[in-house]
Amino acid sequence: MQLLSLREAIAEYVTDGACVALEGFTHLIPFAAGHEIIRQGRRDLHLVRMTPDLVYDQMIGMGCARRLTFSWGGNPGVGSLHRLREAVERGRPKPLELDEHTHAGMAAAYCAGAARLPFGMLRGYIGTDLVAANPRIRSVECPFTGERIAAVPALNPDVTVLHAQRADRQGNVALHGIVGAQREAGLAARALVVTVEEIVDTLPPAMNSIVLPHWVVSAVAHCPGGAYPAYAQGCYGRDNSFYQRWDAISRDRTGFQAWMERHVLGTADHREFLASLQGAA
Amino acid sequence: MTAWTRDEMMTVAAARLLWDGCVCFVGIGLPSAACNLARLTHAPGIVLIYESGTIGTRPDVLPLSIGDGELADTASCVVPLPEIFAYYLQAGRVDVGFLGAAQVDRFGNLNSTVIGPYESPSTRLPGAGGAPEIAAHARQTFVMLKATPRSFVPALDFRTSAGFLEGHGSRALSGARGGGPRAVITDFGILTPAAVSQELELSALFAGATAEEARAAVGWPLLVAEEGETLAPPSDVEVSTLRALHARTREAHSHPVRLPA
Repeated sequence: MQLLSLREAIAEYVTDGACVALEGFTHLIPFAAGHEIIRQGRRDLHLVRMTPDLVYDQMIGMGCARRLTFSWGGNPGVGSLHRLREAVERGRPKPLELDEHTHAGMAAAYCAGAARLPFGMLRGYIGTDLVAANPRIRSVECPFTGERIAAVPALNPDVTVLHAQRADRQGNVALHGIVGAQREAGLAARALVVTVEEIVDTLPPAMNSIVLPHWVVSAVAHCPGGAYPAYAQGCYGRDNSFYQRWDAISRDRTGFQAWMERHVLGTADHREFLASLQGAA
Repeated sequence: MTAWTRDEMMTVAAARLLWDGCVCFVGIGLPSAACNLARLTHAPGIVLIYESGTIGTRPDVLPLSIGDGELADTASCVVPLPEIFAYYLQAGRVDVGFLGAAQVDRFGNLNSTVIGPYESPSTRLPGAGGAPEIAAHARQTFVMLKATPRSFVPALDFRTSAGFLEGHGSRALSGARGGGPRAVITDFGILTPAAVSQELELSALFAGATAEEARAAVGWPLLVAEEGETLAPPSDVEVSTLRALHARTREAHSHPVRLPA
């Protein structure tokens, strides 16, 4: 485990062409890491995330991605992800290859990846056209009963990036609240980078909150507010009004680009990004 | 009696289908409002599950997303996402799945993926999320969407989630263990599957709505059940509870978030 700045961690672990999962199911979305990937100009990434959310809308709109593995690509409770839509509907800023699943299917794929099994299985994808649309959704026969069970290839990202409430100085990571498939996505990856709200001498007693032990963590970066505009339970709430405003900010390419240049490309790090939003529409 | 809108009646009609103690897997938007209205009125013991893994949640305001902190704060427990889908939903422990969609067809199949061809869609919709497995495994599903000829269509652009497939028992052969759609709640009334064909037919109208209006709003020749009913208008308690819920929600979502220093 290395204790790095976010800039150093992204430079070392996220390379052009890599398969990258920034996980966090609505909660603990690693926005700061996504912005740093944009600042460093990464290209041709295979992005993996159950819910692309605003963070992948931004990365796709800025031209970082060539391929997307996902299961639900909207702005939750608001509507569309306009940059994702433009990439799929018009190939702008570049075409985006889709590897589309259901939540249950992606969860099974992460579990298989974490266990280093070749595929995940589930009673799923029943009666859906997704099977015809995605050749990676297949089925296997149960060797005991003969039943057909849906199968999806394991997900093993080159690097998974998570955000958590805290880590200790050894690099043990604790997160609590809605935990999505973060543990599975983290353990499925070849490298695991975690941004945290705070670094402490000793973690509080775990009480079943998820602890990723230091020897499965590649790097920890201290990044307060790193999930904003998503949230960190116990630290700050989800900025639902920002999610609603994003619909207008991202609706056309010019407005999106101007916003990204001002707040992401035009800021050196996440602290400056947060400061740039104070008083901004 | 308080004046009410069709949108309010739609939520009230959906809420009335839920019973106290039922275990309900909740979609975001209209279903979430209906499920919480049921909890705040006649079904205080309803167990609401959101796909983010929050079980038995009792939010004071409606969440904007399926993973708002409000849902975790008020849940009886929060489990990892692979667990909610595998150990609860797939295991057959969910009574009701409550879904929305962009399109529904006459057999209650749903599209939330694309308008137009998959490879070159005219409109890319958010996609499946949890819906296909909810539709397959919940013991029954309720579907909520407003009716227009663009939403109630003769043929889906893409079948994301299975209803009764081609009807006439075809679902039973598909491997789906749940019972399929029991009701589609829309803004003039409720459609339910006919006994043998499993085709959706108009079985209940809101007060003031007509079968002619329903036929005009649906993109296939809509059958009307022989013993259709007219639903009682929303009670004062239903209307005031729903409005208070929406008012609390608006207020909560307008609060500025204090950024960490």
